[in-house]
Amino acid sequence: MSMLEEVSIPDVTAANPDIIRSKKPVSRFKLVLSRLRSTPRFWVGIVGLGAIILWSIFGLIPNAWNYTDLDVYNMGSSPSALHWFGTSDIGEDIYAQTIVGLRKSLIIGLLVGPLAAIIAGIIGAVAGYLGGWWDRVLVWIIDLLLVLPSLFLFILIGSAFKGLSWVALIFLLAGFGWMIMARVIRAQTKSLRERDFIKAARFMGVDTWTIIRRHVLPNVSSLLIIDATLGIGGAILSETTLSFFGFGIQAPDVSLGTLLSAGQTAAATRPWLFIFPAAILVFTVLSASLVGDALRDAVDPTSGVNRD
Amino acid sequence: MLTSATTTPHQPTSHLLEVRDLHVTFPQPGGAVTAVRGVNYHVDKGEFLGIVGESGSGKSVSSLAVMGLLPSSAKISGDILFEGKSLMGRSDKELSKLRGEGISIIFQDPLSALTPVYTIGTQIAEALQLHDSKLSKLAANSRAVELLKIVGIPNPERRAQAFPHEFSGGMRQRAMIAIAIANNPRLIIADEPTTALDVTIQAQILEVLQKAKDLTGAAVVLITHDLGVVAGNADRLAVMYAGRIVETGTVDQVFRAPSMPYTIGLLRSMPNLATAGHTRLVPLEGRPPQLSNLAPGCPFAPRCPAVIDACRTTEPPLTMINNEPLNASACLRVGQIASGELSRSTLYPVPEPVAAAQRAEVPPEHVMAVSELKRHFPLSKGSIFKHTIGTVRAVDGVSFQIRAGQTLGLVGESGCGKSTTIMEVLELAKPQAGQVVINGRDVASLSAKERRALRKDIQVVFQDPMASLDPRLPVQDIVGEPLTVHGVPAKERLKKVADVLELVGLDPSMASRYPHEFSGGQRQRIGIARALVTDPKIVVLDEPVSALDVSIQAGVINLLQDLQEKLGLSYLFVAHDLAVVRQIADDVAVMYLGRIVESGPTENIFDNPQHPYTRALLSAVPVPDPAIERSRTRIILDGDLPSPTEDITGCNFRTRCPLFRLMDEAAQQKCRTSDPQNRSVNGSDVACHHAEHIDLMTPA
Repeated sequence: MSMLEEVSIPDVTAANPDIIRSKKPVSRFKLVLSRLRSTPRFWVGIVGLGAIILWSIFGLIPNAWNYTDLDVYNMGSSPSALHWFGTSDIGEDIYAQTIVGLRKSLIIGLLVGPLAAIIAGIIGAVAGYLGGWWDRVLVWIIDLLLVLPSLFLFILIGSAFKGLSWVALIFLLAGFGWMIMARVIRAQTKSLRERDFIKAARFMGVDTWTIIRRHVLPNVSSLLIIDATLGIGGAILSETTLSFFGFGIQAPDVSLGTLLSAGQTAAATRPWLFIFPAAILVFTVLSASLVGDALRDAVDPTSGVNRD
Repeated sequence: MLTSATTTPHQPTSHLLEVRDLHVTFPQPGGAVTAVRGVNYHVDKGEFLGIVGESGSGKSVSSLAVMGLLPSSAKISGDILFEGKSLMGRSDKELSKLRGEGISIIFQDPLSALTPVYTIGTQIAEALQLHDSKLSKLAANSRAVELLKIVGIPNPERRAQAFPHEFSGGMRQRAMIAIAIANNPRLIIADEPTTALDVTIQAQILEVLQKAKDLTGAAVVLITHDLGVVAGNADRLAVMYAGRIVETGTVDQVFRAPSMPYTIGLLRSMPNLATAGHTRLVPLEGRPPQLSNLAPGCPFAPRCPAVIDACRTTEPPLTMINNEPLNASACLRVGQIASGELSRSTLYPVPEPVAAAQRAEVPPEHVMAVSELKRHFPLSKGSIFKHTIGTVRAVDGVSFQIRAGQTLGLVGESGCGKSTTIMEVLELAKPQAGQVVINGRDVASLSAKERRALRKDIQVVFQDPMASLDPRLPVQDIVGEPLTVHGVPAKERLKKVADVLELVGLDPSMASRYPHEFSGGQRQRIGIARALVTDPKIVVLDEPVSALDVSIQAGVINLLQDLQEKLGLSYLFVAHDLAVVRQIADDVAVMYLGRIVESGPTENIFDNPQHPYTRALLSAVPVPDPAIERSRTRIILDGDLPSPTEDITGCNFRTRCPLFRLMDEAAQQKCRTSDPQNRSVNGSDVACHHAEHIDLMTPA
């Protein structure tokens, strides 16, 4: 854990060339937006992510096949005008399956990543800022969850959740994905608490929750945003693992995870079964991290491109 | 010589060290930064050269270049000659041999310069054995102990077995000096050796450095930002600005008759212990240029009051003054300044104090009264079963009052409890013991709501302007934050923020920028604006200028004085820089180990100190005037500040007290057994049994 404790807060004194020149005071939100707009990476990422989402919503309309349809005349065929991404051994249309799988994976990823980051942020900041008994109890819970083998727990709880829908899986994944980040946030908060601007706020009479919300969380936000975006990919991967073992997404439902695990044995012989879902996965995660990267630079005026 | 070197660059030299036309460039993604731009200087045998400059002036980089310790990415050109032989292009192995034996260096931070896993003795012995392989281990160890004795470490045999973390800052720096002189080097380079230390320790270290120089006959190059430090010690001086030497000469020449406007401004802007308090300081406006994209012309031109058109196009070379070979200055108007045509004293306008009509009326009352305030921390040991093994008496019975519209300066070395005192006051909570009364209200009896209302009246400005401003909030939100606590609507808040920004001399249109876009001095103004936004009565200033460069300090101090007079504020001014305190404070309280040992009106304390500690503290402060520095003798305190966990019976200063040693047995016994209470002697409130005999310790 020692590595996690030593993330330093950037303390930057360098001058910044891009200054928003306006006579009227601008709100913080507008400042962030205007910074965001001037970052090319943000546009690449947001366009990519938007395209993926739009495609997952409307992609089935021009396709002749539904994801449950079986084309018994074209079993295991390569991509063609009839089946754009080819078909599986039993004649399922891979294009339709990919889109439906993508929908599920996107929903899980987009919800689990931020959800885990929010839990990590709140618990980490509270433990770090309040200290004392709050800290001890919360750290104890974090450590307990960390030492428990989560896959084993997933399988245990997962079988109980089997009857429930995949929505339960979101909470399950988020509930087991926040601990390491919470430790990082806690360590950051502990060092932030000794910084003069937090002391200054205390001496002004600002109450504890406002300090956490206004001073602590924004100062760890870049970490949380990176965590949330990385969490999207991580959540999709966890979901894949679970689905592979049969504890995640259940039979009639498909996700990118089930597709990948079904296709990975055929990766060398019939690559379309594997390559299309994998390419979509990479593209999705890449777009999401580009957006996250740009967001971090916009929220944190001292990081990355703004630095020099 | 500085000037002749540029005209005849390839003659053999008789100097110990000669640096010729040194350039150092650091390639960076955003464009190369030239940190040193054509530096020439020389050091003769046994000479003491001071190199002075503000942060970023290239003074450290040029000395690291001499040692060959720059990162490999740095591009170095020019020539460095040590004893007539060039150091450029030598292999690291050859240079390693030279380091220590020929040239040795003392760094600013002795904790990071010593290896934490070896004992001090081993590290000194290692330095000895590296350069003399015939030396036996036993001999090296006994020589190490000898060296520790030379640098004044008590009980050296035992101390040689200690690890660096067991040493205090001053002792570590002594150990560094011991390592530096271990092999009788011909040149010692000391890079800000006393910056991280307290004044009394600084005085000790400078004395040890002088002693080491006398013992080894080595030449010393002392790099510092503090003109006071070089005034008393150095023979010659070089002032650096923006990567170049802008003025050089003997100490007397530079201090008596500075001829570069930058040096003149720097000397005028420093609060001087001997003269402070009578007039406003003379600020040196502006900030040093960025070295990455330097405009053509003199780099000082944008801040120079004597600027002419030619300054903006040509960068002046170092030119000799009055045919004195050692004295040179890089200014186009050096002739006019040297001849007195351009008067040094009127070059920078002295700011006017606030006109009487603008001064606020203040009722003569106490706005803050602290009595017998105590704060003890239990010292516990053990990770599972904690048990208390001692008490840290951080604040041990402190009393003071502040009158409306006045400033109380709280001074003391680091670790004396001054920060804990103000934190206790600012908490506005019931103290462990004692009483804090603000605006006539005892804070212990306040309800949460009343406490929040009272926070309007007492605000704080912190030391480090970067750390005290939330980097994620634009300035308007930072400054307006105290108002949000008191529920002021957003529109009014923005208006008030614009008003206070104007008041502290910042453009209100900058309110939407983030703190890191401002310079150090501007940031501290933002911090002051935040403190003033609630119209407080009391402002607690925790070392408000010590993180700023000298040339910036003066502007901030002037602002604080102006604001006090215009708004009728009361200040609790905490500082370790006595000259700054003399400049701004009406009353002074001197703290030592959690107690106030002497307090009284500023004039009394500074001109006629009654407590031996105050006297030692004052004599340790270097004055930027070589004549005063040479004529006075320092009272050097022995050892370091004792740990506040130690139980010292009687007077807690007696372990270091120079007066204690001069007293007879009966009087000493009194110091040992009875704790001195504060009493009035010659207008000051002193905690010393023998304050009447203070003149005994006056050096003849």
